[in-house]
Formats: sequence, C-alpha cells, structure tokens
Amino acid sequence: MLGVADAALHDLLAQNPFGAPKPAQAADSEASGLISWLLAKQSEFYRQMSATIRAAKSDGSAVWTLLFISFAYGIFHAAGPGHGKAVIASYLVANRETARRGIALSFASALMQSLVAILIVGISAWVLNATAKTMCKAEGVIEIASYALIALFGLRLVWVKGRTFIRALQAVQPVPAMAGVPHHHDHHHHHDAHDHHDHVHDHHHRDHDHHQHAHDHVHDEHCGHSHGPTPSELAGPGGWRRGFAAILTVGIRPCSGAILVLVFALAQGLFWAGIAATFLMGLGTAITVATIAIVAVSAKDIAARLSAGRDGGGALFMRGIEFAAAGVVLLFGAGLLLGYIAAERTTCF
Amino acid sequence: MDTMRRLFGLLLAVALTLAAGAASAHPHVWITATSELLYAEDGSITGVRHAWTFDDMFSAYAVQGLESKTKGAYTREELGPLAQTNVESLKEYAYFTFAKADGKKERFNEPVDYFLDYKDTVLTLHFTLPLKNPVKPKQLVLEVFDRSFFIDFQMAKESPVKLVGAPAGCQMKLERPSDGSATAQKLNEQTFLNGENSNFGMMFANKITVDCP
Repeated sequence: MLGVADAALHDLLAQNPFGAPKPAQAADSEASGLISWLLAKQSEFYRQMSATIRAAKSDGSAVWTLLFISFAYGIFHAAGPGHGKAVIASYLVANRETARRGIALSFASALMQSLVAILIVGISAWVLNATAKTMCKAEGVIEIASYALIALFGLRLVWVKGRTFIRALQAVQPVPAMAGVPHHHDHHHHHDAHDHHDHVHDHHHRDHDHHQHAHDHVHDEHCGHSHGPTPSELAGPGGWRRGFAAILTVGIRPCSGAILVLVFALAQGLFWAGIAATFLMGLGTAITVATIAIVAVSAKDIAARLSAGRDGGGALFMRGIEFAAAGVVLLFGAGLLLGYIAAERTTCF
Repeated sequence: MDTMRRLFGLLLAVALTLAAGAASAHPHVWITATSELLYAEDGSITGVRHAWTFDDMFSAYAVQGLESKTKGAYTREELGPLAQTNVESLKEYAYFTFAKADGKKERFNEPVDYFLDYKDTVLTLHFTLPLKNPVKPKQLVLEVFDRSFFIDFQMAKESPVKLVGAPAGCQMKLERPSDGSATAQKLNEQTFLNGENSNFGMMFANKITVDCP
C-alpha cells in the first residue's frame, strides 16, 4: 500500500513542469505548462480511482491508496468555476474579509459540497435505485440552481458595493482637501441607517478603536470607512450568517467527479469507500481553494496598505477594487447560467 | 503613479489566478472510439458508423438502476432504452462528430441502427450517422471531439478508422491529439480571457482526413 502511495508521490514530483525543456517564449509557456500539468495530473488521479476501488474489493489496504489518490485529486482539481474558487476569492475581496475567514469559508463550502454529493447518490441511487438518467437530471437542476445563486449573490454584492463605490466617488470629488474638513453631508449619507452612531467617532477613520470595528462589522454595507474586520470580529453577530450565503452558493453544487466515484463505489458494493474518497477529495479541494483565498486576501491587503497613504484617492481605489470583485462574482454567475462558461457542465447522455 | 502601477500588477495577478481556475476543467468521461466511413457504390460517402466504448467508471454510472435478468450482465434489449436516451441526448452535442467535404460543413441526419453492448464491465455504444446529403468530395475531414472537454475521445489503438467500400486510391490519415499534456500546452490564460474557450476542445480533436483522386 505504502509502496503505491510512494510511487504516486514520486510520479507527482518527477513531473515538475519547470524541469521540462521549454521553447523560446519562456514566461508564457511556463504558465500554460503549469496548467497543462495540472490538467494531466487531475486526469491521471481521477482515472486511477476506478481501478483502486476495484482493487479494494479484494484487498482492503487498497482503500488507503484510494484515500491518498482522492486527496491528491482534490488538491489538483484546482476547481473549475463551479467549485467556487473564483466566487470565494472575489467574495472575500469584495467584503474585506480576513484570510482566516477565507480559510474557514473554503473548508465549510468544500464540506458541504461533499455532503451534497453523498446525499444525492445515497438517496437517489442507494435508497431509490434511480437510474443514471434521473440522477443526471437532478444534478442538472441543482447545477442551474447553483449558477442562479451565484448570479444572485453577485447581484447583491454589486448592488451593495456599487453604492459604496459611488459614495466614495462623491466623497472624493467635491472636496480635494478632505482630510481636515468635517464633511457632514458625506457623513449623513453614510449612516442614514444608524441612529446610535457617534459622528465624531466615525470621522477619524485612521484611528479606529475596537468598538467601531464591531459596529462596522454588523452594518458592513453601510460603512464606507471600514478598513476591514479584525480576527476578533469573526465570532461577532452576523459573521457566520453573512458567510453562510457564500458557503451555500458555492457548496450546493456537487462535483460531477465525486458523483461518478460514489456511484461506481456503490456498484462495487463499497459505498463507504466512495464516501471516504469524497470527503478526502473535498479536503484536498478545500486546501487549494483556501490557498487561493489567502492569495486574494493578501493581494488586497497589500493594495490597501499601498493606497493607504493616498488620502481620498486610496480609499476610492479600494472601493473600486471591491466593486470590481463583486462584478466578477456576478459575471461568473451569469456566464455559468447562460452557458458561456461551459468548463464544468454536466453532460447527461 | 508607481504605487498605482504596483496595485495594477497585483490585481492582474489575482485575475490570472482566477482565470487559471476556469482552465482547470478536465474530462470526466473517456471514450475509446472506432469510426467507419460508409461509401455507396458510386463512391460517395453516405455516413459514419461509430462504436464508442466508455470507461468503466462511467459505464457503472450509466447502468445504475437498470433492471437485468442476470446480475452484472445486461443484454442488448435491456440496454435498449439507455441506447435510445444516449442517441437522443447526443443530438444536443451534434454527436461530437463534425464533417467537412472540400471545406464545406456537412450535416447529419438522426442516428440509425443504434444499440449498446455491455462486455467486461464496459459499455459500447454503436450508432450510424447518415449524412443529410451524400457527398463525393476530393477531401473529407471528419473530427470527433467534445469542445467542452467533458468527454475525452481517443481513437482506438488498433484499426481506429475503416473505409467501408471506398473507391480505390483513397488515402486516409488520422491525426490524434498527441497526448493530453502536449495539446494542453497550447492552452494559456489568453485562450480563456478572450472568450475563445468554446473552442478549446478543438485541441483535443481526432482528425480523420480522407483524400480521394
């Protein structure tokens, strides 16, 4: 068993894309070489799964190999748009979330994705003995629903972030030297929904205290001046409720690969091995998505730091980034829904 | 302005990371195909007869829930409804079969003589695609592929293409997508950013060219 895992690992390391001979345009081919390597690896791991499940029927230790392959597949399956990598990353940027929250969201949505796949196959194939046709149709319906959810989620983000962005625009344009000016009109604009707010308190947005952060957090979309929540806010009210929309949006759509593996395992009389493999796939996927979430959040944080010195313009720039990130979510949802992005479409036949 | 440039660079990096995600789709179904080009007596091409063998994972998925007399074995009759569903659904994807006669696109009628075989735990779909109008071109190009790359088509290792009743002197050439990594090499972020992803399966196409005198 260990031998197989070891061999797989060696194989994995031996295929370093940068070790391969490269044609002239080095930079370009390095990037595309990496993608093709990822594609090839995913296919390879995926194809090994059926043989390993078969082997597990007679040799129990093959299950360990299966788990290893599933995990590796999950990591390499760097997730098409349906897996929500882009959605999570954009959401985090748009909502000024922390990397820690990004990791939590990645894992929660991957777990939900695994559970949905197991439920679909468990109920339709195992309990109801439905045909592939029925299952595939169910999958198709869930897929459309999930794309619609992404689009809706994006629409809401665009609406909220668009308003914040426009407010930032209005705040910057009329008063170039705004730093020392008590800009009352702007102020009312921002906090029309808050009656318990201390004006002076909110004006000096460079020296927040903890109280204000907590406040920003609850009324996130109304506060153009927040510099992002602190980790201590994660436990605050509404934190998980807010994140839940993202988890649901991303996690409701199961991965077609997991469904196929589950049905195959069921046919081999090893449904439990399929379930274990699905969870390991989810764990692998979560790690990749979390990594990308961290990259996205860090990039945005660096951008925030770089633009912090630039009074009004910097804030405007950050609101612009958030607005753009919200737009990306909407575009992804609409693109998937209308079929322009067909990368991970379920094909029933 | 320097700061702005750095910010822009950062944003670009993030955008590329996301685009790379969109590129990471991979096939979930593998088909090993053999194709026969059917010729009439006058030397014109009347259609294509395919035999597509699915991988064992998809085969197990496809027969899930089907009734059979013998457990683990399925007769052609028992698989009849599934074969019907297959060819009906394939219509939406133009049967993953694209023909050009002397550079002109040719269309196919609905499939005939279709059935499924189940042997050694894998399914094979047989079907014949008649050309709407039989043609007698100097050059016929037939491509078999899934543009979304959900399905990976590989022509069989042995006798992948047959010309049935072709006039003497016709030459057949098969170009395979050399291998997954080599073809995918052509993919880069640009392909996905400029919206050409609808054609990215082209790189995985099996191209059959028949030249007749």
